[in-house]
Amino acid sequence: MTGVRPPLAELRAITKTFGALVANDSIDLVVQPGEVHALLGENGAGKSTLTRILYGLSQPDSGEISIEGTVRKMSSPADAMAAGIGMVTQEFSLVGTMTVTENLMLAGVGIGRINRVAARTRALEAAARIGVSINPDAVVETLSVGERQRVEIVKALFHDCRLLILDEPTAVLVPQDVGMLFDSIRRLTADGMGVIFISHKLHEVVEIAGRVSILRRGKIVASVPAAGLEPRQIAAMMVGAEVVAHGGITEAVSTVEADALATSIGLEPSAVSTALVAPAGDRPPGVGRATTVSSATPAATASTAVAATSGRANTASVPALAIRDLTLRGSGAPLLDTVSITVAPGEIVGVAGVSGNGQTELVSVLCGMAEPTSGSIQIGRVDITALGVVERIRAGLGRLTEDRRGSVIPNLSVEQNLVLEDLDTFRRGPFLSRTRMRTHVHQLMQRFDIRANATDPIRSLSGGNMQKVLLARALSRNPRALVASQPTRGLDVGACEYVYSQLRGLRDDGAGVLVISEDLDELLGLCDRIVVLFSGRIIGDVMAADASREELGLLMTGQAA
Amino acid sequence: MDFPLLAVLAATLTIATPLVWAALGAILNERTGIMNLGIEGTMYAGAFVGFLTAAYTDSALLGIAAAIVAGLVAGLLMAVLTVTLGVNQHVAGIGTTLLLVAASDFTNRLLFSGGSQTVTAKFDRWFPGTGVFAQYPMTYVAFLILAPALWWVLRSSGFGLRLRAVGENPEAADAAGIPVASTRYAALMFGGAFMAIGGAFLTLSLLGSFTLDIVSGRGWICIALVIFGRWRVWPVVAGALLFGFADALQLQLAISPMFSAVPNELLIAFPYIVVIAALAIWGRGVRYPGSYLTPYRRA
Repeated sequence: MTGVRPPLAELRAITKTFGALVANDSIDLVVQPGEVHALLGENGAGKSTLTRILYGLSQPDSGEISIEGTVRKMSSPADAMAAGIGMVTQEFSLVGTMTVTENLMLAGVGIGRINRVAARTRALEAAARIGVSINPDAVVETLSVGERQRVEIVKALFHDCRLLILDEPTAVLVPQDVGMLFDSIRRLTADGMGVIFISHKLHEVVEIAGRVSILRRGKIVASVPAAGLEPRQIAAMMVGAEVVAHGGITEAVSTVEADALATSIGLEPSAVSTALVAPAGDRPPGVGRATTVSSATPAATASTAVAATSGRANTASVPALAIRDLTLRGSGAPLLDTVSITVAPGEIVGVAGVSGNGQTELVSVLCGMAEPTSGSIQIGRVDITALGVVERIRAGLGRLTEDRRGSVIPNLSVEQNLVLEDLDTFRRGPFLSRTRMRTHVHQLMQRFDIRANATDPIRSLSGGNMQKVLLARALSRNPRALVASQPTRGLDVGACEYVYSQLRGLRDDGAGVLVISEDLDELLGLCDRIVVLFSGRIIGDVMAADASREELGLLMTGQAA
Repeated sequence: MDFPLLAVLAATLTIATPLVWAALGAILNERTGIMNLGIEGTMYAGAFVGFLTAAYTDSALLGIAAAIVAGLVAGLLMAVLTVTLGVNQHVAGIGTTLLLVAASDFTNRLLFSGGSQTVTAKFDRWFPGTGVFAQYPMTYVAFLILAPALWWVLRSSGFGLRLRAVGENPEAADAAGIPVASTRYAALMFGGAFMAIGGAFLTLSLLGSFTLDIVSGRGWICIALVIFGRWRVWPVVAGALLFGFADALQLQLAISPMFSAVPNELLIAFPYIVVIAALAIWGRGVRYPGSYLTPYRRA
């Protein structure tokens, strides 16, 4: 140990089980001072469990943690904070009704008098350390998501944190904020701090991390320096054989698949394999098409252009979905302000925007859950503006809503949820025909590869399986237009890929698809055209092939490009 | 006719006193996210236990002390039910009220055969003959000590910060190392003590005796006042004063010949109607504490 600084944090043989599930299987992890250590893995690979253990929110079954050479027991976040560990999760731990300063003071606050003035000064100092400006007197709920995240990081620094855990910090940010975040991280590591960085987006990891550890099914399958990493390998290591099953491909992970995986998690595929899948016409609708994710590669540009042209050619005919001057007034500024979007048959149109800019309202109005103040909505030639939910579905509207759990009846079975929207078709006199329902459900479960028993209550399904049920329910009626809101939120890579393939399949069958998403990579990869929603107005309309992340990011923050 | 304004104002302060005690106790509870419908029962138990102790020990101060203990126990009961067991707060609160009212009435019947007793050990008004200032000690404590102190605690103390954090976002509080359960226990018990003192004011200061239904819905009024005052100390005090003023006015009108034709029941209902009307006008669109009615369990 002489002359060698001990690692900032060392986790040895951490094991944690939940029932039969081994969430962490004898994990070793070392973080050096000044290092950004990226943790990669699918949902459920054990990243969150590991960081929760390190932060004292969860106790390991076995294994030990040492911080700067000393073994520490983390029985609560207070212990972790005392050991110099801070964590910023996707769901911020901020009290919305309090000011920034009050939030910073929360950890370790005693019972007696509090010293606001001193805390305010320290808050400004901590903000200066990461090179951001924050208003210490602002009430947190008035801040943007990016600002809140900065407050979270400042909060960690406020408590003299030396190891910062960032759990998918970029998932909620627009590209400009990501840039600021990375600058802050670089300042911190230059100071000798360590950062554990969890992300699904490989291009970010390659940009910021010094070392990458990959978790799969609770085990570290690789821990390598980030420099000179081959992204395809990472993607393949991350997902292992799982996606193979989803895509229905039986051979081992091939170059093409690895690229599809890479793109689905926001990576540019390698040039070789891009060439392989370049012909846009004759690839399998599933995995191969994922390569269109990267708008920067020539092949992707070509293929999106093809799709776009076909979309344009079809505008001469009746649009699948035509939204005209849709306005929804709230108590203050209009929630939707003369929104017009046209989706041609065979076209996927994306709606980008930072959450809270009218997306939820747009979906509610389209799905018939809210009545617009003015404007019209048409599916094909049918004006559905004044129609109820049932008539809308009959007119050819398919819905995949943001709140997955809100779209199912949790205690009803998979079977019952699948037939919920078209009970009329199964009527026999005043009763429902069980046998006909069974046949229908059986077909759907096979076609959409739903892995559950038809009689299981739907609440017991994983997010991915539940989304398959909802997809099955929406697509079984062959909708002319599908409104899909945050279709992959919370799903793992394999499930995301499945959803994309289904949406593309629907598009190829000539339906119009409107995808509302906060994930720019998803929109760029999936859509033919992207519109940007800001403050309830459409302020941008670009072909996905011509769009850059930066341009869209600027639009999303309300600055016209 | 000359209107006895000073007498009405003096009565306003007196009538508002138990409401201030109980409603400020309710603020403490609700700011941590727990709605305490046990308030009516806690006041009732405070009124009875205070009276009982004073009757046996001949000391009003010991009566108050006993009422405080009763309030702490009532708060503890609510805490066990809602914090530890995570029982539905409506059910727990109404159950607590039913239990405490019935237990008090039952004990009263056992000991005093149900008849009303009068204690000699009762608080006297300070500064008699000074009109508005001739008030009971607990009135002075409520307005001059309790309210400013609670206001300061919520705003400028670590305890207040913890309390608000737990009430708004217990996950964030937990992540910050604040013990969510014990903070709620403390708030429920302190709040219970304040409610019981409010109840004991009725027996040990105002009446000097215990009668059935002595609290007569004041606890429920406090629930409304807390919402009306949006969980802030001074607006809630103002609400209590509004109720006190309406009640004092009503008492004055009842003895005025002009209102002799108005049924007494209608006049008695007047302050309650005022509070309900005020709540209907200003109590809409209020923002409840973030974790209101929700037990906290670590994910």
